[in-house]
Amino acid sequence: MPFTTIKPMIDARDVYKHFGGLEVLRGVSLSISKGEVIAIIGPSGSGKSTFLRCLNHLETIDRGHIEIEGELLVETDEHGKSHYVADAEIRRICRKMGMVFQQFNLFPHMTVIQNIIEAPMIVKGIPRQEILPRAEVLLEKVGLTAKRNNYPSQLSGGQKQRVAIARALAMEPDIMLFDEPTSALDPELTGEVLRTIHALAEEHMTMLVVTHEMAFAREVANKVCFMDQGEIVESGEAKAFFASPNHERTKIFLKNML
Amino acid sequence: MDYILNMLGPLWQGATVTLKLFFITLVLSLPLGLILALLRISRFRAVSTSVNGYIWLMRGTPLMLQMLFIYFALPFVPVIGVKLPDFPAAIVAFALNYAAYFAEIFRAGIQSISKGQYESAKALGFTYAQTMRRVIMPQMIKRILPPMSNETITLVKDTSLIYVLALNDLLRAARNIVQRDFTTTPFLVAAAFYLIMTLVLTWGFQRLEKRYAVYDD
Repeated sequence: MPFTTIKPMIDARDVYKHFGGLEVLRGVSLSISKGEVIAIIGPSGSGKSTFLRCLNHLETIDRGHIEIEGELLVETDEHGKSHYVADAEIRRICRKMGMVFQQFNLFPHMTVIQNIIEAPMIVKGIPRQEILPRAEVLLEKVGLTAKRNNYPSQLSGGQKQRVAIARALAMEPDIMLFDEPTSALDPELTGEVLRTIHALAEEHMTMLVVTHEMAFAREVANKVCFMDQGEIVESGEAKAFFASPNHERTKIFLKNML
Repeated sequence: MDYILNMLGPLWQGATVTLKLFFITLVLSLPLGLILALLRISRFRAVSTSVNGYIWLMRGTPLMLQMLFIYFALPFVPVIGVKLPDFPAAIVAFALNYAAYFAEIFRAGIQSISKGQYESAKALGFTYAQTMRRVIMPQMIKRILPPMSNETITLVKDTSLIYVLALNDLLRAARNIVQRDFTTTPFLVAAAFYLIMTLVLTWGFQRLEKRYAVYDD
């Protein structure tokens, strides 16, 4: 088909969201192309985590339009009312995205390997003997083969987060969403997690990373978005963004972060 | 000694009634309690409110009253009026009553699981039912073992309430001998029966707790 254009992996337009009287997202638009890594930075309470959670329906939006790989998740009619697609559709579309949480959220009653194979078995119906070898490969990739039969409570924070990454990857997502993946970690443990994410970037995984790690954002991301008070204040190519931010609020934020 | 051995026969007869009531009540009230707990946390206000009302009613009135009501008064209630024989009436009362208590234990267990567990399950594509079955329930069981152990031990002893329906359970069997022979020894033997049942339960729950201790939350 000669006239098709390449659809962005995620296309979010004019997303609004409030909690009670607080407007947490005020018209956020963002699109991410295949293989791109976007870092979202900004002060706490700026709405960056909420925005990420809206993309895979952990939060519902008030207004706006979200498409994942060209498939509509939610749109807004002329009266400003949002309409989600059917529940089964939502689940199917959101499965294109894997998510890694600040608090890991591993299943504590399952061993590391069970954590990884559970969703492919239950959600996709893949037989155990088929998913196991793939899970082993993922475990090796995040460097935790030795911890295969341990329970999450027996792991360090960094190890837990790497298991969480492997667990999300086991569902073979096209996009990975990271919600402050290193914020709950002791400083000496952030490196191992960031290296794992870095390795994914080198495999051209499409990623959206909410982070406070400026060095990581500069190094790994293609593009950086700065959010403040529910808006994307400024965004741009990573190296240029950090070298010469345009907006006053960005400058102040970056100065405080360094 | 021979005297005690002689009374074991009728007391064992009584104990089988007690055990039958105990097990049938558990088999009925555990699933019913779980269903009530799930309805209780439902998003639909009308559903959770009515379950709340039910739990209030069953916990707020004596089990003995409920039993008497089902046996004596239910036949006169229009539409649902049925005359149940004594043992089934006791079973219905016990199951309905214990389901209310179990429902609250299940609910507390379910609600003690962090929101993050639901979120990660959802992000992995689990449906609500899959999340409950594979993620929430297994973790809930570990947490509710201590209150469950409490409640089932209470049930062992509550079974003695069925004497009001003139059923020959363990305690009534003992009392019959006491009244016949003018000796209190049968009470001690009955106490030993109850203690053994409780001991078995305690041991069973301890084993379960140990099995679930392989992981920490």
